[in-house]
Amino acid sequence: MIIPHAKVGSSLKNKTGGWRSQKPIFNPELCKKCGLCQLHCPENCISGVEMDKKVEERSVAKTDYDFCKGCGICAKVCPFGAIKMVEEEK
Amino acid sequence: MVKKTVEGSFAIAEAIKNCEPDVVACYPITSSSHIAEGLAQFYADGEIKEYIRTEQEFSSISAIVGASAAGSRAVSATSSQGLALMHEVVYAAAGMRVPIVMAIGNRALSAPLNIWDDWQDSIAERDSGWIQIYCENAQEAIDTAPQAFKIAEKVMLPVMFCIDGFYITHSVETFEVPGMEEIRKFLPKFNPKLKLDPKNPVSLGVYAMPTHYQMFREDVHRDAAASLKVVKQVHDQYGKTFGRTYGDGLVEGYKLKDARFILVSMASVCGNIKEAVDALRQKGMKVGLLRIRSYRPFPYGQVAKALAKAKAVAVLEKSYNLGGKHPLYSDVIGSFVDEKKRPVISSIVGGLGGKDVTVRDCEGMLKKLAKGKHFEVWW
Repeated sequence: MIIPHAKVGSSLKNKTGGWRSQKPIFNPELCKKCGLCQLHCPENCISGVEMDKKVEERSVAKTDYDFCKGCGICAKVCPFGAIKMVEEEK
Repeated sequence: MVKKTVEGSFAIAEAIKNCEPDVVACYPITSSSHIAEGLAQFYADGEIKEYIRTEQEFSSISAIVGASAAGSRAVSATSSQGLALMHEVVYAAAGMRVPIVMAIGNRALSAPLNIWDDWQDSIAERDSGWIQIYCENAQEAIDTAPQAFKIAEKVMLPVMFCIDGFYITHSVETFEVPGMEEIRKFLPKFNPKLKLDPKNPVSLGVYAMPTHYQMFREDVHRDAAASLKVVKQVHDQYGKTFGRTYGDGLVEGYKLKDARFILVSMASVCGNIKEAVDALRQKGMKVGLLRIRSYRPFPYGQVAKALAKAKAVAVLEKSYNLGGKHPLYSDVIGSFVDEKKRPVISSIVGGLGGKDVTVRDCEGMLKKLAKGKHFEVWW
Protein backbone atom coordinates (compact mmCIF):
# COMPACT_ATOMS: atom_id res chain seq x y z
CA MET A 1 0.00 0.00 0.00
CA ILE A 2 1.46 3.34 -1.10
CA ILE A 3 -0.31 6.51 -0.04
CA PRO A 4 0.65 9.27 -2.49
CA HIS A 5 1.88 12.18 -0.40
CA ALA A 6 4.61 14.80 -0.21
CA LYS A 7 6.47 16.05 2.86
CA VAL A 8 6.79 19.76 3.62
CA GLY A 9 9.41 21.57 1.53
CA SER A 10 9.70 18.79 -1.05
CA SER A 11 8.74 21.18 -3.87
CA LEU A 12 12.08 22.99 -3.25
CA LYS A 13 13.78 19.89 -4.65
CA ASN A 14 11.76 20.10 -7.84
CA LYS A 15 13.62 22.86 -9.65
CA THR A 16 11.36 24.19 -12.38
CA GLY A 17 13.92 26.53 -13.95
CA GLY A 18 14.59 23.90 -16.60
CA TRP A 19 11.13 24.53 -18.11
CA ARG A 20 12.28 27.96 -19.31
CA SER A 21 12.67 28.83 -23.01
CA GLN A 22 13.23 32.56 -22.41
CA LYS A 23 15.16 34.14 -19.60
CA PRO A 24 14.60 37.56 -17.95
CA ILE A 25 17.73 39.70 -17.71
CA PHE A 26 17.60 42.45 -15.07
CA ASN A 27 19.37 45.72 -15.77
CA PRO A 28 20.28 47.22 -12.37
CA GLU A 29 21.02 50.61 -13.90
CA LEU A 30 17.44 51.03 -15.14
CA CYS A 31 15.75 49.44 -12.10
CA LYS A 32 13.99 52.04 -9.94
CA LYS A 33 13.21 49.48 -7.18
CA CYS A 34 9.44 49.99 -7.49
CA GLY A 35 8.79 46.28 -6.84
CA LEU A 36 6.06 45.82 -9.49
CA CYS A 37 7.83 42.76 -10.98
CA GLN A 38 8.21 41.23 -7.55
CA LEU A 39 4.48 41.67 -6.83
CA HIS A 40 3.46 40.18 -10.19
CA CYS A 41 5.77 37.16 -10.29
CA PRO A 42 3.46 34.07 -10.19
CA GLU A 43 6.32 31.88 -8.95
CA ASN A 44 7.28 34.33 -6.19
CA CYS A 45 10.91 33.94 -7.24
CA ILE A 46 11.80 37.66 -7.65
CA SER A 47 13.30 39.19 -4.52
CA GLY A 48 15.50 42.07 -3.32
CA VAL A 49 12.97 44.91 -3.33
CA GLU A 50 12.17 45.31 0.36
CA MET A 51 8.77 46.94 0.13
CA ASP A 52 8.71 47.97 3.80
CA LYS A 53 11.79 50.21 3.29
CA LYS A 54 12.13 53.61 1.64
CA VAL A 55 12.99 53.49 -2.09
CA GLU A 56 16.60 54.67 -1.60
CA GLU A 57 17.20 51.93 1.01
CA ARG A 58 15.89 49.08 -1.20
CA SER A 59 18.08 46.82 -3.34
CA VAL A 60 17.40 46.13 -7.01
CA ALA A 61 15.18 43.25 -8.15
CA LYS A 62 16.72 39.87 -8.95
CA THR A 63 15.22 36.51 -9.82
CA ASP A 64 15.97 32.96 -8.74
CA TYR A 65 16.78 31.10 -11.97
CA ASP A 66 16.30 27.72 -10.22
CA PHE A 67 12.55 28.33 -10.19
CA CYS A 68 11.88 31.11 -12.76
CA LYS A 69 9.85 29.50 -15.60
CA GLY A 70 10.46 32.44 -17.93
CA CYS A 71 6.82 33.52 -18.27
CA GLY A 72 7.85 37.11 -18.99
CA ILE A 73 5.27 38.83 -16.81
CA CYS A 74 8.01 40.80 -15.00
CA ALA A 75 9.32 42.20 -18.30
CA LYS A 76 5.78 43.11 -19.35
CA VAL A 77 4.92 45.01 -16.16
CA CYS A 78 8.27 46.83 -15.69
CA PRO A 79 7.54 50.57 -16.40
CA PHE A 80 11.24 51.32 -17.01
CA GLY A 81 12.21 48.61 -19.49
CA ALA A 82 14.72 47.25 -16.97
CA ILE A 83 13.90 43.60 -17.71
CA LYS A 84 14.55 42.03 -21.11
CA MET A 85 13.54 38.54 -22.16
CA VAL A 86 16.29 36.74 -24.07
CA GLU A 87 16.26 33.28 -25.69
CA GLU A 88 17.61 30.59 -23.42
CA GLU A 89 20.80 29.12 -24.90
CA LYS A 90 21.25 25.38 -24.90
CA MET B 1 -29.92 -5.30 18.91
CA VAL B 2 -33.41 -3.80 18.54
CA LYS B 3 -36.13 -4.96 16.15
CA LYS B 4 -37.77 -2.13 14.24
CA THR B 5 -40.41 -1.83 11.58
CA VAL B 6 -39.34 1.12 9.43
CA GLU B 7 -38.51 2.10 5.88
CA GLY B 8 -35.26 0.55 4.63
CA SER B 9 -33.50 3.90 4.16
CA PHE B 10 -34.09 5.02 7.75
CA ALA B 11 -32.81 1.71 9.12
CA ILE B 12 -29.71 2.01 6.92
CA ALA B 13 -29.21 5.60 8.16
CA GLU B 14 -29.41 4.32 11.73
CA ALA B 15 -26.86 1.59 11.03
CA ILE B 16 -24.52 4.23 9.53
CA LYS B 17 -25.05 6.48 12.57
CA ASN B 18 -24.22 3.59 14.88
CA CYS B 19 -20.82 3.29 13.16
CA GLU B 20 -20.11 6.72 14.69
CA PRO B 21 -19.04 8.70 11.61
CA ASP B 22 -17.27 11.98 12.42
CA VAL B 23 -18.42 13.76 9.28
CA VAL B 24 -21.43 13.25 7.03
CA ALA B 25 -21.86 15.32 3.86
CA CYS B 26 -24.94 14.79 1.72
CA TYR B 27 -26.97 16.36 -1.02
CA PRO B 28 -30.23 14.41 -1.02
CA ILE B 29 -31.16 12.76 -4.31
CA THR B 30 -33.84 10.20 -5.17
CA SER B 31 -33.66 7.28 -4.35
CA SER B 32 -31.19 7.72 -1.51
CA SER B 33 -32.80 10.93 -0.15
CA HIS B 34 -34.19 9.23 2.92
CA ILE B 35 -30.76 7.97 3.96
CA ALA B 36 -29.52 11.58 3.84
CA GLU B 37 -32.69 12.70 5.61
CA GLY B 38 -32.29 10.09 8.34
CA LEU B 39 -28.66 11.10 8.91
CA ALA B 40 -29.65 14.80 9.03
CA GLN B 41 -32.24 13.97 11.68
CA PHE B 42 -29.59 12.20 13.78
CA TYR B 43 -27.38 15.29 13.44
CA ALA B 44 -30.25 17.54 14.51
CA ASP B 45 -30.76 15.27 17.53
CA GLY B 46 -27.06 15.59 18.43
CA GLU B 47 -26.17 11.98 17.62
CA ILE B 48 -23.80 12.76 14.73
CA LYS B 49 -20.90 15.17 15.24
CA GLU B 50 -20.88 16.95 11.89
CA TYR B 51 -23.29 17.08 8.96
CA ILE B 52 -22.35 19.28 6.01
CA ARG B 53 -25.25 20.36 3.83
CA THR B 54 -23.55 20.78 0.48
CA GLU B 55 -24.92 22.53 -2.60
CA GLN B 56 -24.34 19.50 -4.86
CA GLU B 57 -22.79 16.04 -4.89
CA PHE B 58 -19.38 17.07 -6.18
CA SER B 59 -19.02 19.04 -2.95
CA SER B 60 -20.36 16.19 -0.79
CA ILE B 61 -17.69 13.77 -1.89
CA SER B 62 -15.00 16.47 -1.86
CA ALA B 63 -15.96 17.28 1.73
CA ILE B 64 -15.73 13.68 2.90
CA VAL B 65 -12.46 13.11 1.06
CA GLY B 66 -11.06 16.12 2.94
CA ALA B 67 -12.54 14.95 6.24
CA SER B 68 -11.11 11.47 5.78
CA ALA B 69 -7.69 12.85 4.82
CA ALA B 70 -7.75 14.73 8.11
CA GLY B 71 -8.38 11.48 9.98
CA SER B 72 -12.17 11.43 10.35
CA ARG B 73 -14.54 8.59 9.59
CA ALA B 74 -16.58 10.13 6.78
CA VAL B 75 -19.64 8.99 4.87
CA SER B 76 -22.14 10.11 2.24
CA ALA B 77 -25.14 8.75 0.36
CA THR B 78 -26.12 9.37 -3.24
CA SER B 79 -27.71 8.00 -6.42
CA SER B 80 -27.62 8.18 -10.18
CA GLN B 81 -26.85 11.69 -11.50
CA GLY B 82 -25.40 12.53 -8.11
CA LEU B 83 -22.86 9.75 -8.37
CA ALA B 84 -22.18 10.72 -11.98
CA LEU B 85 -21.47 14.28 -10.83
CA MET B 86 -19.05 12.88 -8.23
CA HIS B 87 -17.18 10.90 -10.91
CA GLU B 88 -13.99 13.00 -10.90
CA VAL B 89 -13.56 12.79 -7.14
CA VAL B 90 -14.56 9.09 -7.07
CA TYR B 91 -11.28 8.35 -8.86
CA ALA B 92 -9.38 10.83 -6.68
CA ALA B 93 -10.68 9.17 -3.50
CA ALA B 94 -9.37 5.76 -4.55
CA GLY B 95 -6.08 7.24 -5.77
CA MET B 96 -5.61 9.17 -2.52
CA ARG B 97 -6.38 6.00 -0.54
CA VAL B 98 -9.00 7.67 1.69
CA PRO B 99 -11.29 5.05 3.26
CA ILE B 100 -14.61 6.86 2.79
CA VAL B 101 -17.90 4.99 2.58
CA MET B 102 -20.95 5.76 0.47
CA ALA B 103 -24.42 4.24 0.44
CA ILE B 104 -25.64 4.18 -3.15
CA GLY B 105 -29.37 4.01 -3.81
CA ASN B 106 -29.11 2.52 -7.27
CA ARG B 107 -31.01 4.43 -9.96
CA ALA B 108 -30.99 4.76 -13.74
CA LEU B 109 -28.93 7.42 -15.51
CA SER B 110 -30.42 10.03 -17.86
CA ALA B 111 -31.53 10.40 -20.63
CA PRO B 112 -34.44 9.85 -20.69
CA LEU B 113 -34.80 11.04 -17.11
CA ASN B 114 -35.80 8.21 -14.82
CA ILE B 115 -35.78 7.93 -11.03
CA TRP B 116 -36.18 4.17 -10.68
CA ASP B 117 -33.83 1.32 -10.09
CA ASP B 118 -31.01 -0.05 -12.15
CA TRP B 119 -27.30 -0.47 -11.41
CA GLN B 120 -25.74 1.58 -14.16
CA ASP B 121 -24.86 4.52 -11.88
CA SER B 122 -22.52 2.48 -9.69
CA ILE B 123 -21.42 0.08 -12.46
CA ALA B 124 -20.19 3.16 -14.33
CA GLU B 125 -17.73 3.70 -11.44
CA ARG B 126 -16.50 0.09 -11.34
CA ASP B 127 -13.03 0.86 -12.78
CA SER B 128 -12.18 3.50 -10.18
CA GLY B 129 -10.63 1.27 -7.50
CA TRP B 130 -13.60 1.47 -5.13
CA ILE B 131 -14.86 -1.67 -3.46
CA GLN B 132 -18.49 -2.31 -4.44
CA ILE B 133 -20.84 -4.54 -2.51
CA TYR B 134 -24.37 -5.18 -3.81
CA CYS B 135 -27.00 -5.94 -1.17
CA GLU B 136 -29.99 -8.21 -1.72
CA ASN B 137 -32.22 -6.61 0.90
CA ALA B 138 -32.26 -3.80 3.44
CA GLN B 139 -31.22 -6.12 6.29
CA GLU B 140 -28.11 -6.98 4.33
CA ALA B 141 -27.48 -3.28 3.68
CA ILE B 142 -27.79 -2.59 7.43
CA ASP B 143 -25.28 -5.36 8.12
CA THR B 144 -23.00 -4.20 5.31
CA ALA B 145 -22.65 -0.63 6.65
CA PRO B 146 -20.31 -1.54 9.56
CA GLN B 147 -18.51 -4.05 7.33
CA ALA B 148 -17.96 -1.31 4.72
CA PHE B 149 -16.18 0.95 7.23
CA LYS B 150 -14.08 -1.92 8.50
CA ILE B 151 -13.04 -3.09 5.02
CA ALA B 152 -12.30 0.48 3.89
CA GLU B 153 -10.15 1.30 6.89
CA LYS B 154 -8.28 -2.00 6.65
CA VAL B 155 -7.31 -1.79 2.97
CA MET B 156 -7.35 2.04 2.77
CA LEU B 157 -9.70 2.05 -0.20
CA PRO B 158 -13.16 3.63 -0.39
CA VAL B 159 -16.22 1.38 -0.33
CA MET B 160 -19.68 1.86 -1.81
CA PHE B 161 -22.47 -0.45 -0.78
CA CYS B 162 -25.21 -0.50 -3.36
CA ILE B 163 -28.88 -0.77 -2.58
CA ASP B 164 -31.58 -1.07 -5.24
CA GLY B 165 -33.54 2.18 -5.32
CA PHE B 166 -37.17 1.96 -4.14
CA TYR B 167 -37.23 -1.86 -4.03
CA ILE B 168 -35.00 -1.69 -0.96
CA THR B 169 -34.66 1.95 0.00
CA HIS B 170 -38.40 2.58 0.25
CA SER B 171 -39.80 -0.76 1.44
CA VAL B 172 -41.03 -0.98 5.01
CA GLU B 173 -39.94 -4.16 6.76
CA THR B 174 -38.93 -5.38 10.19
CA PHE B 175 -35.18 -5.09 10.71
CA GLU B 176 -32.60 -5.79 13.34
CA VAL B 177 -30.32 -2.79 13.62
CA PRO B 178 -27.10 -3.40 15.57
CA GLY B 179 -26.56 -0.85 18.35
CA MET B 180 -23.65 1.51 18.81
CA GLU B 181 -22.17 -0.48 21.72
CA GLU B 182 -22.25 -3.74 19.74
CA ILE B 183 -20.72 -2.12 16.66
CA ARG B 184 -17.95 -0.61 18.80
CA LYS B 185 -16.79 -4.14 19.64
CA PHE B 186 -16.69 -5.04 15.94
CA LEU B 187 -15.41 -1.79 14.44
CA PRO B 188 -12.34 -0.21 16.07
CA LYS B 189 -11.75 3.55 16.03
CA PHE B 190 -10.35 4.97 12.77
CA ASN B 191 -6.72 5.84 13.29
CA PRO B 192 -4.82 6.35 10.02
CA LYS B 193 -1.03 6.25 9.98
CA LEU B 194 -0.84 9.24 7.64
CA LYS B 195 -3.22 12.19 7.82
CA LEU B 196 -3.39 15.96 7.49
CA ASP B 197 -1.94 17.11 10.79
CA PRO B 198 -0.37 20.52 11.56
CA LYS B 199 2.17 18.81 13.82
CA ASN B 200 3.42 16.63 10.98
CA PRO B 201 2.51 18.48 7.79
CA VAL B 202 2.12 16.56 4.50
CA SER B 203 0.32 17.07 1.20
CA LEU B 204 -1.94 14.18 0.20
CA GLY B 205 -2.85 13.19 -3.34
CA VAL B 206 -0.22 15.46 -4.85
CA TYR B 207 1.26 15.15 -8.31
CA ALA B 208 3.02 12.30 -10.05
CA MET B 209 5.27 12.46 -13.09
CA PRO B 210 5.07 9.84 -15.87
CA THR B 211 7.78 7.93 -14.01
CA HIS B 212 5.53 7.33 -10.99
CA TYR B 213 1.85 7.70 -11.96
CA GLN B 214 1.37 4.19 -13.28
CA MET B 215 3.01 2.71 -10.21
CA PHE B 216 0.32 4.29 -8.00
CA ARG B 217 -2.48 2.90 -10.20
CA GLU B 218 -0.87 -0.53 -10.21
CA ASP B 219 -0.63 -0.40 -6.43
CA VAL B 220 -4.36 0.37 -6.11
CA HIS B 221 -5.12 -2.48 -8.52
CA ARG B 222 -3.03 -4.96 -6.56
CA ASP B 223 -4.55 -3.94 -3.22
CA ALA B 224 -8.10 -3.90 -4.61
CA ALA B 225 -7.71 -7.40 -6.05
CA ALA B 226 -6.14 -8.64 -2.81
CA SER B 227 -8.98 -7.12 -0.75
CA LEU B 228 -11.15 -10.14 -1.66
CA LYS B 229 -9.65 -11.79 1.41
CA VAL B 230 -10.50 -8.83 3.64
CA VAL B 231 -14.09 -8.58 2.36
CA LYS B 232 -14.58 -12.27 3.19
CA GLN B 233 -12.77 -12.05 6.52
CA VAL B 234 -14.75 -9.01 7.70
CA HIS B 235 -18.00 -10.65 6.59
CA ASP B 236 -17.17 -13.83 8.52
CA GLN B 237 -16.22 -11.82 11.59
CA TYR B 238 -19.50 -9.91 11.41
CA GLY B 239 -21.36 -13.18 11.06
CA LYS B 240 -19.73 -14.52 14.21
CA THR B 241 -20.57 -11.36 16.19
CA PHE B 242 -24.10 -10.71 14.92
CA GLY B 243 -25.24 -14.08 13.59
CA ARG B 244 -26.14 -13.07 10.04
CA THR B 245 -24.13 -14.14 6.99
CA TYR B 246 -24.59 -13.74 3.24
CA GLY B 247 -23.09 -16.66 1.36
CA ASP B 248 -19.32 -16.59 1.86
CA GLY B 249 -19.31 -12.78 1.77
CA LEU B 250 -18.26 -12.69 -1.88
CA VAL B 251 -20.83 -14.87 -3.62
CA GLU B 252 -23.96 -16.62 -2.42
CA GLY B 253 -25.15 -19.84 -4.01
CA TYR B 254 -28.79 -20.89 -3.93
CA LYS B 255 -29.53 -24.59 -4.60
CA LEU B 256 -26.30 -24.91 -6.55
CA LYS B 257 -25.25 -28.35 -5.36
CA ASP B 258 -26.74 -30.35 -8.23
CA ALA B 259 -27.79 -27.42 -10.43
CA ARG B 260 -27.19 -27.80 -14.18
CA PHE B 261 -28.71 -24.46 -15.17
CA ILE B 262 -27.67 -21.42 -13.20
CA LEU B 263 -28.76 -17.80 -13.30
CA VAL B 264 -26.09 -15.34 -12.12
CA SER B 265 -27.17 -11.95 -10.83
CA MET B 266 -26.79 -9.38 -8.06
CA ALA B 267 -28.84 -7.35 -5.61
CA SER B 268 -32.58 -7.41 -4.93
CA VAL B 269 -33.73 -9.23 -8.05
CA CYS B 270 -32.14 -12.34 -6.52
CA GLY B 271 -35.11 -12.58 -4.14
CA ASN B 272 -37.40 -13.14 -7.12
CA ILE B 273 -34.95 -15.54 -8.74
CA LYS B 274 -34.91 -17.63 -5.55
CA GLU B 275 -38.72 -17.91 -5.73
CA ALA B 276 -38.50 -18.91 -9.39
CA VAL B 277 -35.81 -21.49 -8.61
CA ASP B 278 -38.05 -22.99 -5.89
CA ALA B 279 -41.02 -23.14 -8.27
CA LEU B 280 -39.05 -24.85 -11.06
CA ARG B 281 -37.32 -27.22 -8.63
CA GLN B 282 -40.79 -28.49 -7.68
CA LYS B 283 -41.28 -29.35 -11.33
CA GLY B 284 -38.00 -31.26 -11.25
CA MET B 285 -35.76 -28.80 -13.09
CA LYS B 286 -32.20 -28.65 -11.80
CA VAL B 287 -31.85 -24.88 -11.59
CA GLY B 288 -29.99 -22.60 -9.22
CA LEU B 289 -28.84 -19.06 -8.53
CA LEU B 290 -25.41 -17.55 -7.99
CA ARG B 291 -25.57 -14.10 -6.43
CA ILE B 292 -22.50 -11.87 -6.68
CA ARG B 293 -22.19 -9.81 -3.49
CA SER B 294 -18.72 -8.36 -3.98
CA TYR B 295 -18.67 -6.92 -7.50
CA ARG B 296 -15.33 -5.11 -6.99
CA PRO B 297 -13.09 -6.89 -6.15
CA PHE B 298 -14.66 -9.48 -8.45
CA PRO B 299 -14.39 -13.06 -7.11
CA TYR B 300 -13.30 -14.67 -10.40
CA GLY B 301 -12.10 -17.88 -8.77
CA GLN B 302 -15.21 -18.39 -6.66
CA VAL B 303 -17.48 -17.77 -9.66
CA ALA B 304 -15.59 -20.24 -11.87
CA LYS B 305 -15.75 -22.85 -9.11
CA ALA B 306 -19.47 -22.35 -8.44
CA LEU B 307 -20.37 -22.61 -12.13
CA ALA B 308 -17.88 -25.36 -13.09
CA LYS B 309 -20.43 -28.18 -13.18
CA ALA B 310 -23.23 -26.23 -14.86
CA LYS B 311 -24.33 -27.01 -18.39
CA ALA B 312 -25.64 -23.53 -19.12
CA VAL B 313 -25.44 -20.23 -17.31
CA ALA B 314 -27.17 -16.91 -17.93
CA VAL B 315 -26.16 -13.58 -16.45
CA LEU B 316 -29.04 -11.28 -15.57
CA GLU B 317 -27.97 -7.69 -15.04
CA LYS B 318 -29.57 -4.29 -14.64
CA SER B 319 -26.55 -2.67 -16.23
CA TYR B 320 -25.20 -2.36 -19.73
CA ASN B 321 -22.28 -1.60 -21.96
CA LEU B 322 -23.94 -0.11 -25.02
CA GLY B 323 -22.26 -1.33 -28.16
CA GLY B 324 -20.21 -3.92 -26.25
CA LYS B 325 -20.55 -6.99 -24.05
CA HIS B 326 -22.32 -6.12 -20.81
CA PRO B 327 -20.29 -5.61 -17.61
CA LEU B 328 -21.38 -8.48 -15.34
CA TYR B 329 -21.54 -10.82 -18.35
CA SER B 330 -17.95 -9.93 -19.28
CA ASP B 331 -16.79 -10.53 -15.72
CA VAL B 332 -18.45 -13.95 -15.53
CA ILE B 333 -16.90 -14.93 -18.87
CA GLY B 334 -13.59 -13.53 -17.62
CA SER B 335 -13.76 -15.97 -14.69
CA PHE B 336 -13.16 -18.84 -17.13
CA VAL B 337 -10.02 -17.62 -18.92
CA ASP B 338 -7.85 -20.12 -17.05
CA GLU B 339 -10.34 -23.01 -17.29
CA LYS B 340 -10.22 -25.69 -19.99
CA LYS B 341 -13.98 -26.16 -19.98
CA ARG B 342 -16.75 -23.70 -19.49
CA PRO B 343 -20.53 -23.82 -19.60
CA VAL B 344 -22.57 -22.01 -22.25
CA ILE B 345 -22.84 -18.46 -20.88
CA SER B 346 -25.67 -16.21 -22.04
CA SER B 347 -26.49 -12.60 -21.34
CA ILE B 348 -29.74 -11.00 -20.22
CA VAL B 349 -30.13 -7.28 -19.64
CA GLY B 350 -33.33 -6.45 -17.83
CA GLY B 351 -35.03 -4.34 -15.21
CA LEU B 352 -33.57 -1.07 -16.48
CA GLY B 353 -35.10 2.12 -15.13
CA GLY B 354 -37.36 0.25 -12.72
CA LYS B 355 -38.80 -2.16 -15.31
CA ASP B 356 -40.19 -4.93 -13.14
CA VAL B 357 -38.49 -8.31 -13.25
CA THR B 358 -41.19 -10.53 -11.80
CA VAL B 359 -40.96 -14.10 -10.49
CA ARG B 360 -42.65 -15.21 -13.71
CA ASP B 361 -39.98 -13.37 -15.74
CA CYS B 362 -37.28 -15.17 -13.79
CA GLU B 363 -39.00 -18.52 -14.43
CA GLY B 364 -39.05 -17.65 -18.12
CA MET B 365 -35.32 -16.86 -18.05
CA LEU B 366 -34.50 -20.11 -16.29
CA LYS B 367 -36.59 -22.08 -18.81
CA LYS B 368 -34.91 -20.33 -21.75
CA LEU B 369 -31.53 -21.01 -20.22
CA ALA B 370 -32.37 -24.69 -19.66
CA LYS B 371 -32.55 -25.18 -23.45
CA GLY B 372 -28.75 -25.02 -23.28
CA LYS B 373 -28.26 -22.70 -26.25
CA HIS B 374 -26.35 -19.41 -26.18
CA PHE B 375 -28.37 -16.19 -26.35
CA GLU B 376 -27.94 -12.48 -25.70
CA VAL B 377 -31.24 -10.74 -25.03
CA TRP B 378 -32.85 -7.67 -23.50
CA TRP B 379 -35.68 -9.06 -21.36
